[in-house]
Amino acid sequence: MELLGLYYYWVFAALLMIGFYAVIAKLNLIKKLIGLSLFQAAVFLLYITMGKVEGGTAPIFTSDNADRLFSNPLPQVLILTAIVVGISTTSLGLGIVIRIKEEYGTIEENEIQEIDRQ
Amino acid sequence: MTGLYPHLPALQVVVPMLTAPLVMLLRQRRLSWAVASAASLCAFAIAVTLTLDVLADREITYLMGSWPAPWGIELGVDAFSALMLLIVTGASSLALLAGAQSLDRDIEAERQPLFFAAWLLVLAGLAGILVTADAFNIFVFMEISSLASYVLVAGGPDRRALPAVFQYLIMGTIGATFYLIGVGLIYLMTGTLNLADMELRIHDVADQRPILVAAGFITVGLALKAAIFPLHIWLPNAYTYAPNVVTVFLAACATKVSIYILLRFDFFVFQPNLQGHDFQFVYFLMPLSLLAILIASGVAMFEPNLKRLLAWSSVAQIGYITLGASLVSVTGITAGLLHIFNHALAKGALFLAVACLGMSVARMRIDSIGGIAQKMPWTMAAFVLAGLSLIGVPGTAGFISKWYLITATFRLGSLGIALVAVIVVSSLMAVVYIWRVVEAAYFHAPDPDSTAVEAPLPLLLATWGAVVLNFYFGLMPAIPIHLATSAAQLLHGHMR
Repeated sequence: MELLGLYYYWVFAALLMIGFYAVIAKLNLIKKLIGLSLFQAAVFLLYITMGKVEGGTAPIFTSDNADRLFSNPLPQVLILTAIVVGISTTSLGLGIVIRIKEEYGTIEENEIQEIDRQ
Repeated sequence: MTGLYPHLPALQVVVPMLTAPLVMLLRQRRLSWAVASAASLCAFAIAVTLTLDVLADREITYLMGSWPAPWGIELGVDAFSALMLLIVTGASSLALLAGAQSLDRDIEAERQPLFFAAWLLVLAGLAGILVTADAFNIFVFMEISSLASYVLVAGGPDRRALPAVFQYLIMGTIGATFYLIGVGLIYLMTGTLNLADMELRIHDVADQRPILVAAGFITVGLALKAAIFPLHIWLPNAYTYAPNVVTVFLAACATKVSIYILLRFDFFVFQPNLQGHDFQFVYFLMPLSLLAILIASGVAMFEPNLKRLLAWSSVAQIGYITLGASLVSVTGITAGLLHIFNHALAKGALFLAVACLGMSVARMRIDSIGGIAQKMPWTMAAFVLAGLSLIGVPGTAGFISKWYLITATFRLGSLGIALVAVIVVSSLMAVVYIWRVVEAAYFHAPDPDSTAVEAPLPLLLATWGAVVLNFYFGLMPAIPIHLATSAAQLLHGHMR
């Protein structure tokens, strides 16, 4: 029961490993980038999960709700920054893939290595 | 100016960061180069001022937006960060001042302002990592500097830079994300992101599994970024195909800043609190350091490409730095930190000499520089002298750190003797790979159709400046030794 009760951490771990697998095992550079995005998204979920306080509400402070329980807003703020970093990484990665396609005519890792060896 | 003085830790980051968009708007290559160099020199001046404060035992902390420490972001400069700031800003300034003509060969005129903007962002990111005392802030600055450095490496004319950068991007992002997972788990357990606060609060939960997992993620993630063997595979290609001036900058400081974070986390946050972590640290780092030193030096001995040879030598030198840290004694850590400084000097000078060669030689293969010393005597003389510093000949900066390293290892008894043997053998291997270049340049018949001429004066002056510094800090090493010793005492003092 305890194991299932922490299911959101299982989702984090599963997503993380799916993304990591794609990065390592796929030869197509676009698929690698998809894996990398998934890998980062899993970490976003970890942060957002930890900010949730059971029974807590949105942390909007007004004079009449001072006794309410609030969720922790900080992890969400942190992850907002991390999402921006993730977007920049993905877009830079895609830009490099376009340049690779222009120069090599392929985006398969093994074919690029083949061309470089010649 | 006194009004700005208390804000120097923040200005260290703000100056290059705000100059970056300005440089991008200039659209004129020499003008943008001049502004970028001025910003970099300004950052260097700030680093020198901060270092003088640290040497005068003044404590430097700065609260961003005046929010008190565990809630707001705190900036702080101590001996360790001052030493690193000097290296980062110094390497950036020297490479920029030297590199105008060399960059003209590698990057088209209209793209140069963008290139200098990315350069300043790398500088801002690296400086930010060094001044901040907040774990998440470190992640943000790490990504700023990494993303901009991918752009720098990809800027060269060689198309092989592109797959190299892609690999660098994948590995770098995995490393940074691992670090992020580790920081998240620590935040989950302690509720703080401030490093000093973390050290106190982690004590109560130190025996719980998330903290151990966090220690693992952070160590491996940063080891990837720092190119600690066997996680170095992105480094040789990225250094080889980057524009020559970029290699000077990145080889001198990029990986070392990751080592800085690694040591800071390990000594400040984990070792005082996690039971047996000092042993885990030693057993993890020492074998990897020895393998790095021996295998990377061995590969460098047989590498036909000059830049890749020096890149493999960098992997080996990172091994020396981590070996010093893994001895977990004040002398050992001092040796590691001194080697960060001295290796930046030696490798910076060597890559500057390579940039000089790059003005006349298109392909950086050792057999294509046969007899080049007749055409470029000053460049090759600088290469030989900087090579002596890399090998660790007495009188050069490289000797000082190796001397400290050997002194520290001798205190370990029989294991120490074995370590000394490794250091001596790898220094001999360094003699071999530097000699291969010297032999080709001085004793092979020159190519009769070669049109090589001596490198332009600014580049040559910067190269010789770096060489002179190698000898200056080899003969009068008081300042780096003082900084490295206080930094080592600081790190070691946190252990219980």
